[in-house]
Amino acid sequence: MSEMRDDLLKTVDRIFGDLCTKPVREAAEAGEWPAALWQALEEVGLGRAALPEEAGGAGLDFEDAMLALRRSAYHAAPVPLAETMLAGRLLVAAGLAVPQGALTVAPVPAERRLAFARGAAGATVSGAARRVPWGNLCAHAVVAGELEGREVLGLVATAGAARGVEKNLAGEPRALLEFDAAPLVAYAACAGAQMRMLTEGALCRSVQMAGALERALEYSLQYANERVQFGRAIAKFQAIQHMLAQFAGQVAAASAAADAAIEASPLAPDEFAVAVAKARTGEAAGKGSEIAHQVHGAMGYTREHNLHYSTRRLWSWRDEFGNETYWQTRLGRMIAARGADALWPLLTAI
Amino acid sequence: MHEFRFEPVRMPAAAEALRSEVRAFIAAEVASGAFTPSRNSWSSFDAAFSRKCGARGYIGMRWPKQYGGHERSALERYVVTEEMLAGGAPVGAHWVADRQSGHQILRYGSERAKRSILPKIAAGECYFSIGMSEPDSGSDLAAVRTRASKAEGGWNISGTKVWTSSAHQTHYLIALARTAPKEEDRHAGMTQFIVDLSRPGVSVRPIYNLYGGHDFNEVVFDEYFVPDDMVMGEVGMGWKLVTGELAFERSGPDRFLSTYQLLLESIRAVGPEPDARSANEIGRFVAHLATLRRMSTSVAGMLGRGAQPAVEAALVKDVGTAFEREIPETFRHLIAVEPTLGAGASYPELLGMTILRAPGFTIRGGTREILRGMIARGLGLR
Repeated sequence: MSEMRDDLLKTVDRIFGDLCTKPVREAAEAGEWPAALWQALEEVGLGRAALPEEAGGAGLDFEDAMLALRRSAYHAAPVPLAETMLAGRLLVAAGLAVPQGALTVAPVPAERRLAFARGAAGATVSGAARRVPWGNLCAHAVVAGELEGREVLGLVATAGAARGVEKNLAGEPRALLEFDAAPLVAYAACAGAQMRMLTEGALCRSVQMAGALERALEYSLQYANERVQFGRAIAKFQAIQHMLAQFAGQVAAASAAADAAIEASPLAPDEFAVAVAKARTGEAAGKGSEIAHQVHGAMGYTREHNLHYSTRRLWSWRDEFGNETYWQTRLGRMIAARGADALWPLLTAI
Repeated sequence: MHEFRFEPVRMPAAAEALRSEVRAFIAAEVASGAFTPSRNSWSSFDAAFSRKCGARGYIGMRWPKQYGGHERSALERYVVTEEMLAGGAPVGAHWVADRQSGHQILRYGSERAKRSILPKIAAGECYFSIGMSEPDSGSDLAAVRTRASKAEGGWNISGTKVWTSSAHQTHYLIALARTAPKEEDRHAGMTQFIVDLSRPGVSVRPIYNLYGGHDFNEVVFDEYFVPDDMVMGEVGMGWKLVTGELAFERSGPDRFLSTYQLLLESIRAVGPEPDARSANEIGRFVAHLATLRRMSTSVAGMLGRGAQPAVEAALVKDVGTAFEREIPETFRHLIAVEPTLGAGASYPELLGMTILRAPGFTIRGGTREILRGMIARGLGLR
């Protein structure tokens, strides 16, 4: 581990340790913006850390930024850090300036594309984007669509666009944004912009799931060693040991898949590696959460214990930016189209 | 708590060059009709193929040149191994000798053992079996009852080993035997010996497997004499040696590629435009496979750095063998054929053979339950 990375992780762990407390998480779920926590993250420039210096970033390695994101998920931090990071990366890729403050992205499915048009004062966007993460609390959203036959990426202000806020299972806001010829702050042509937004998002969620799984496993090991039944710690029972061994396998696989995707995506997301990562971490999220709760018994089913901050995120994130089925089907179609003989060369090329 | 770290490894350029070379070699062998890509690569015994591998420097790759080795890296060896398995090459004859026995001899064998045996293994001419399990000692390996008693210039071994794969075709095995009575420390008093199967005092009897194949054997020792210079390491240190040997058995690509040929044939069977369900399952297996390969190469990297990643190896084997076993269970739902008894020449036969072989995947080299116990220990639970 590089010294710089070590310092970075120490800093983010300190910030989350101090400011990502239970009351902060609960208030965030009630709809309150965690201002102090976000302010601390802004002060160290975490949301922009991996952007080039001319884009307001610190020029950190993408890997370092993703490790910091993983820590934020380990701490179940209720902030749009992933969204700000990925919005910034998309804007830089399109050659656009990155505004200050928390950012988000508004992906839409193929059948409900946003409509882009050129007006007198510039380009506008119209249409609805559902379940935009933190869309009611971020001042700007990155949107993608087609303008005059070319894929474009644009930046739009969210003020006045929020029509309602749903929550994911972790209580994180997912807003309905409606745009009616809303002017784009900036836009540029960007080949594959819509798929790229989805893939960048899937990469971030994979990394976050790896972090949340790590925490859920730690809680489970700790609980199994502390909880005494039949006169001994339940960790001493073979049934519990084998469940936790399987859990460790899921966590190790999720980490390996997320790491591989990060490594393959320094400048732009590698679709194969990200598909593998989102599918594998998503599967681990379900299987791992199940074991975590089984080991914790009734205690893990309470609001008092902290396990749910991790598992409710896992149950949410596995379905965001494409679930396992979405990415596996894409992968399977690609492999089948290329043929069985192409599989091994593909696997060994990554 | 033990932190499971699967540090990434980057394949060096030399390993990637070697990959192309091995791939071309396998393609040429298949084209010449030397072998048909096999359904159970590392269980297919083919001495002629092993000699070709030896001549090309694909056996004993990490060993010193003075013992016939090639002084190549752990990752170069890994690449050769995975290419052979993915290509369905019949590597079964030299598999155990190359994977584990040779390492043991290099590390713990006498100079005579090293000089007389290792060059022949590396040439693809000398094959080994594993001498661990016994009728009353399976997962509980420390319960071995095979005894070795001191004699003039060596040891006399008596006892029985079972599930001894290929002992009717191999030249040697490394036997774990008790050299002192059981004490409170049940791991004390055991020793490993190199056993030459051609010498008197040892008999080999087949144990046919569930589909009638002859792979397993029972090997009986009756006052079988082993000279002192065929003792491995120090007398009484056998437990330490055998657990080290098992680490080489557990993390390699042989622990997740056993059903790879069925995956390939299933992809062919569903065709270039599969339905959504088939595409989803294929994609899931590819995601698992890519991830397992990364974890397994990471363990190869650790072994290459001289680390002892026993728990990581157990974890890769547990996750890997679960994956191997899922492949036939999933495709039988997607491709509606009735599995058929046979050598694997058609899809129904390949599916049938894979179903019949699958129970072994989570038993051989340490059962799933033993591995999970090791992982639990690594997690600080016991």
